[in-house]
Amino acid sequence: MSTYAYYPGCSLHGTAKEYDRSARLVCQALGLELREVEDWNCCGASSAHMVSHWLALSLPARNLQPVEKMGLETMTVPCAACYARLKDVSCELKDPEVRAKIGRVLGDQVTGRVTVEPLIGTLTTQEILDKAASLIVKPLTGLKVATYYGCLLTRPPKVAQFDDPENPQSMDRLLRTLGSEVVEWYFKTECCGASLPVARTDIVLDLSRKLLAAAKKAGAEAIVTACPMCHSNLDSRQGEIRGRYGDDFKMPIFFFTELLGLALGYPARELLIANHLTDALSLLQGRGLA
Amino acid sequence: MSVLKFASTDQPGRNGLLALVKAKTGQDVLACYQCGKCSAGCPLSSAMDLAPHQVLRAVQLGQRDLVFQSSAIWLCVTCQTCYTRCPQEVDLPKVMDALRSQAIQEKIRPAERTVKVFHDVFLGLVERFGRLYEVGLIGGYNLLARQPLASADLGLPMLTRGKLELIPRRVKDREQIRAIFKRAAELELEEITGQSVAAAPPASVPS
Repeated sequence: MSTYAYYPGCSLHGTAKEYDRSARLVCQALGLELREVEDWNCCGASSAHMVSHWLALSLPARNLQPVEKMGLETMTVPCAACYARLKDVSCELKDPEVRAKIGRVLGDQVTGRVTVEPLIGTLTTQEILDKAASLIVKPLTGLKVATYYGCLLTRPPKVAQFDDPENPQSMDRLLRTLGSEVVEWYFKTECCGASLPVARTDIVLDLSRKLLAAAKKAGAEAIVTACPMCHSNLDSRQGEIRGRYGDDFKMPIFFFTELLGLALGYPARELLIANHLTDALSLLQGRGLA
Repeated sequence: MSVLKFASTDQPGRNGLLALVKAKTGQDVLACYQCGKCSAGCPLSSAMDLAPHQVLRAVQLGQRDLVFQSSAIWLCVTCQTCYTRCPQEVDLPKVMDALRSQAIQEKIRPAERTVKVFHDVFLGLVERFGRLYEVGLIGGYNLLARQPLASADLGLPMLTRGKLELIPRRVKDREQIRAIFKRAAELELEEITGQSVAAAPPASVPS
């Protein structure tokens, strides 16, 4: 059994609990042990780098320290925004001067030997895809989905070192393995407005509406994400988009782990899919998946 | 979008805006030849007063006020599309981060006040609890941004679906978190002034 340090991040303990729940369940089913990073803190995400370079590096760096003490080498991160910050600092720590400064801010030495990978990467190696294929209980046959990677999983490529920055394929391969039909669309890595929904709701509604419209036009019945910010912007704002623009998309938004969990036989209730603000259960019930 | 004056007002040497950006980010902004690819792919450029390539041009010309008072530096969400596509590999999100933090240091009034309020509240909660407290983020933002009803219509559906944690979760070692905030700010200041803050003697020593 492979063991990973698991960094859930703040969203997965709050607005994206269903991502945390489904991630833990599918990893268990696929034989991956997740051990939560001890006393982890917020990585600073979308805010720390806005105001302070050293805060933006030191907050995520503090989460790498316990991993070595836990005797682990690799950390897997479900949230794309957390992944971007943790991966960035793991690259920066290779520079001895930067490492010394971060050590000074932390008040402790930091080695930077931990490998950071996104959960979507951990769960889409050929080995895991083969294993998932052998464990499918309910294939997602006929479910037409648009895979949405967003900004930070693949960009900037020098740091993210994951998949293709313009036309990534890993989530597509996973969904096809599960029996889904993956539609072609041009918004796979477009931005949803990230951290702006509170301060500039108007911008996020505009960007999210464009994404939802493009997915619908491409024939998708649902959008699949690997990021709690993307999920929140697309799932929770459809009511406001209807109010402002008159478009009633009723487009279910899934975390990829939820669909993987369904295919592996977990009931929708256990995966917390009822937590979504845009109804996703009707679509699943219509296909005998929930 | 604004029209830029085509004359350099940058101060020569290390006092200039170009030199400042270079020191803070290691980026050579003069490498930009204004192809505009960054602005073409930017999801926020239509909402910005200066498009991303214009921000770089303004830095090249040393037009400090234009840059620091722009909405662009506050609306950039660092989605990394520009840097991924830049033929000259200018790390524009890093430049945006540096310009924004400099504007904050110089206490320049932000063109997007609510965006700054959001980040201030966010980081204030992280400093206090070590983790983000989402209910506190919305409450604190609404209070400080003077928008009491912002996101209110999402509150009840989120609550009934178990998406809101009413009690903040805390890091055990909050002392260390507070120390990180303090020492990061000291290091930031030190790099601007070139003097060690932590080790500096008191301003007035009684004789």
